[in-house]
Amino acid sequence: MRNMNKNWNIMTGNEAVALATKLAGVRFVSAYPITPQTAIVEKIAEMVANEKMDAKFIEVESEHSAMASVMGSELAGVRSFTASSSHGILYMHEMLNWVAGMRLPILMAVVNRSIGPPWNIWADHSDTMIQRDTGWMQLYGESNQEAMDTIILGYKLAEHKDILLPIMVMQDAFTLSHTSEPVEIRDEMVVREFLGDLNLPFKIDTNRPMGYGSLMPPDGPFMELKMDMKKSMYSAVDRFVEITKEFNDLFDANFPGPVEGFMMEDADYALITLGSISSTAKYVVRNLRNQGKKVGLLRILLYRPFPKDLVISYLRGLKGFGVVDRSSTYGPYGSLYMDVISSIYGKLEIPAANFVAGLGGRDVRVKDFEEMFTKIMEGEEGEIWINVGVK
Amino acid sequence: MMNLVIYLFNFSIWDLGNKMYEIRFHGRGGQGAVTASKILATAAFKEGKWVTSFPFYGTERRGAPVAAFTRIDNNKVELRTQIYSPDTVILLDKSLMNIINVTDGLKENGLILINSRKNDVLNHPELKKFKVAVVDATSIAIRNRLGDPAHPIVNTAILGAYAKISGIVKLESIIEATKDLSPSKINENINAVKQAYDEVEVI
Repeated sequence: MRNMNKNWNIMTGNEAVALATKLAGVRFVSAYPITPQTAIVEKIAEMVANEKMDAKFIEVESEHSAMASVMGSELAGVRSFTASSSHGILYMHEMLNWVAGMRLPILMAVVNRSIGPPWNIWADHSDTMIQRDTGWMQLYGESNQEAMDTIILGYKLAEHKDILLPIMVMQDAFTLSHTSEPVEIRDEMVVREFLGDLNLPFKIDTNRPMGYGSLMPPDGPFMELKMDMKKSMYSAVDRFVEITKEFNDLFDANFPGPVEGFMMEDADYALITLGSISSTAKYVVRNLRNQGKKVGLLRILLYRPFPKDLVISYLRGLKGFGVVDRSSTYGPYGSLYMDVISSIYGKLEIPAANFVAGLGGRDVRVKDFEEMFTKIMEGEEGEIWINVGVK
Repeated sequence: MMNLVIYLFNFSIWDLGNKMYEIRFHGRGGQGAVTASKILATAAFKEGKWVTSFPFYGTERRGAPVAAFTRIDNNKVELRTQIYSPDTVILLDKSLMNIINVTDGLKENGLILINSRKNDVLNHPELKKFKVAVVDATSIAIRNRLGDPAHPIVNTAILGAYAKISGIVKLESIIEATKDLSPSKINENINAVKQAYDEVEVI
């Protein structure tokens, strides 16, 4: 039973994101529609047109221009927002690097969708995994509540004076973006107090002209700036823990933070997941626990920066684990698997399998998770594709 | 005292216990199956339940088969898979029985609610294992001028019937959710809900 005293409403993930941008006091939006993100842009445009949201909305001809225009507005010191999916994000790849290198704390909502061809509009993390080295932070949500909360927490983290990096917040296509479920609506006044005003130390000031993103020779501080960016990003893990605690206290919420351990305390075997499939995984963990199997789930919310020390602390003592990648990447193993394995290298020696599942929106079913747990309990390792073969 | 208040509140709604209910809608594009799944979820949500509702997204176009899903539970719904073994199937267009297996995975003795006249589905071999209910939602929709006679919008009528026979959600909640989600013709939709509630038959 839900707590009926709270301000709940039923909404899709896309509606939760649109409403969150209003709560967060976003003042500038530029976006180009693409399935399955379109409803976010439509809802924001409607709120702006009806004067329910005090923001400027600019229509552009492409995602590249959408990212370029929020770069300009953010540089002028205005809290800015865009949203995209799939090929739209590929098209803005160049600008993603510009925004990060210029240390602009822009937030982009992403509805994760596969990359074609073959043409496909369904859930898959390939579109943002491809962008994991652009200097953007990445936060993957599991529910429509998290679709709302990660917008609020995302701005707080990105705009932190010691971080100042852009962030993309993710939800899965259709499974969240077009699914209606209860969401507790955060109080607008409290959100505004929590975030405060954007205070960009290097914003454009016509009385103090500056160059931005200028040429930097090899002996100039190019390398130093790159090192500072990496350090700033990795300081964000601890900041996110603090910010989450503040958020949870203010809103009487239970947002997990950089990672969520589910039934991990005494677990022998665990799966590591990202995004909405984690919910079904928890259902399976609960069922297996009822059968006396000591299993758990480690969910990664903050993927960039990768919270390696937290991951090590949860994995210590396991007899085996599996990492589920929901993306097509072409390293020796999946991206999430390689991040986990490189994090524990030299510290933990545990057999680990890399499952590839759910590409192009293929349903990751209860029996698929049961199969994954069976395989890791039998000590299987290496890359294993789940539920493949045309039927 | 607090316990008593909570007890009274729980008692006033249908008690699902720990069971999650899964409902699958089949219709054709334009009949309102996706909205029906949302109205049902909203109605149960108003009674304090946890709900999810989602369409099966394919290539939507008017007349093509469409499926939509609703899950209802007292506790938070964790499952995010498609629905493979529904407790109930709601069929907005009986002609779909000729082209797809509408009872696929339906639990034995599960409920199938069909927009049909009784005689059109009586003794249908595919329906023997299930509890079958019928309501002529098409006539009710036309009577209330929902859609046009060639393309009646039958979603609100079928939900009135569901409220009567399911024991999962109250008529008043369906009416309130219909008010929230009807883009127009609110009174006509409410009348359709009430008439279907009165006219549905279990066979």
